[in-house]
Amino acid sequence: MDITRRRLLVLLPAAAVAWKFIQAGTPEAAPNYKIAEHWWGMLIDIPECIGCGNCVRACAQENDVPDGYYRTWIERYHVTDYGIERPQVESPDGGKQGFPAGEDEGGKNFFVPKLCNHCADSPCTQVCPVGATFVSPDGVVLVDKNYCLGCRYCVQACPYGCRFINPKTNTAEKCSLCYHRITKGLTTACCEVCPTGARQLADLKNPNDPIHEFLRSHSVQILKPHMATGAKVFYYGMDGSVR
Amino acid sequence: MFKDTEHLIRLAAVIVIAVVAFVVLRAAVVPHSFGEYGHYRGDAITEIAVHPIAYAGHEACEACHTEVVDQKKSGRHAGLHCEVCHGPQAKHADDPASVKPPKPDTVVLCARCHEANSAKPKNFPQVVGADHSGGLACNTCHQPHRPKIEEQAKSAAGAKR
Repeated sequence: MDITRRRLLVLLPAAAVAWKFIQAGTPEAAPNYKIAEHWWGMLIDIPECIGCGNCVRACAQENDVPDGYYRTWIERYHVTDYGIERPQVESPDGGKQGFPAGEDEGGKNFFVPKLCNHCADSPCTQVCPVGATFVSPDGVVLVDKNYCLGCRYCVQACPYGCRFINPKTNTAEKCSLCYHRITKGLTTACCEVCPTGARQLADLKNPNDPIHEFLRSHSVQILKPHMATGAKVFYYGMDGSVR
Repeated sequence: MFKDTEHLIRLAAVIVIAVVAFVVLRAAVVPHSFGEYGHYRGDAITEIAVHPIAYAGHEACEACHTEVVDQKKSGRHAGLHCEVCHGPQAKHADDPASVKPPKPDTVVLCARCHEANSAKPKNFPQVVGADHSGGLACNTCHQPHRPKIEEQAKSAAGAKR
């Protein structure tokens, strides 16, 4: 068929319409991912954490987190013999470059990795006035950055301090539990690079996930249980001074 | 019958116009996927999921680098995924020929995990770098994929025989 000017003029709009349909019908980034069959959380094994900062660096690289802001970070606790109510907590640059050796002043010293707890009843999503943040059907608390106004209600509402305003976009940002990875069957960037297995992604709806056996047979805590947030980041071996 | 019904008809017309305008505007302004799963834009989930990955994942590495897997599997670093030390390599996994990963600097890299710190678990192997090697690169003596020196010597001797 010769393409004359007249035919081209007819074909172009037709192609444009067809292209819109093709795009609309493009399968999701993860075609085999069934959103209703997952319920994501994480297990953190505190006695295994060596405070190397791999998770913080990997998170920043994977998710383009600006310097000085953290979607995940590590805290170093120092607790004197009976100082359980007054721990000394430090987190230089979020633990991104590891921790200085410090002096062993006696008492207890340990690391606690922190991130969004992906609460099932999250206070941060309840306060959003525009529906820009939400708990996805697979249990991940996400931010729709095209809809976020940057009003900061959610930043104040999070009891764990897991949210910040991205200075480039002026919208709320937080751990997405590497949603772009877990929907492709990969683990999160922080779990991928944890050398000791102190962090483990958990699918609570998958009956074959080892998390179930672990939760049955170990004493596990969540952060701030009195806030009834339905946190899904489980901490094993956590000291009572951690808050 | 009311007397001046025309007033009421005008009022009704104004209300009908307002309602229609509201419905039309709402349909135009609210994204079509809003409310698909809840009080948010359902399409946002897909938009978040298409973010490109930076860390390829150890399965991608192990598909090609089988010799390193063999080397690692009996050593103390057997449980470590490749990108723990080598950093994000999704670009290399996509195009192995033209994107070559840089060699990590062992002085910085090893210290992150193995430099002594009172908060690290007691059973985790730690050294005070200055005393242990005096700033010498760790891979002068230790082979990072199989760090225990006796094991390396044994396997090297085995190879000679």
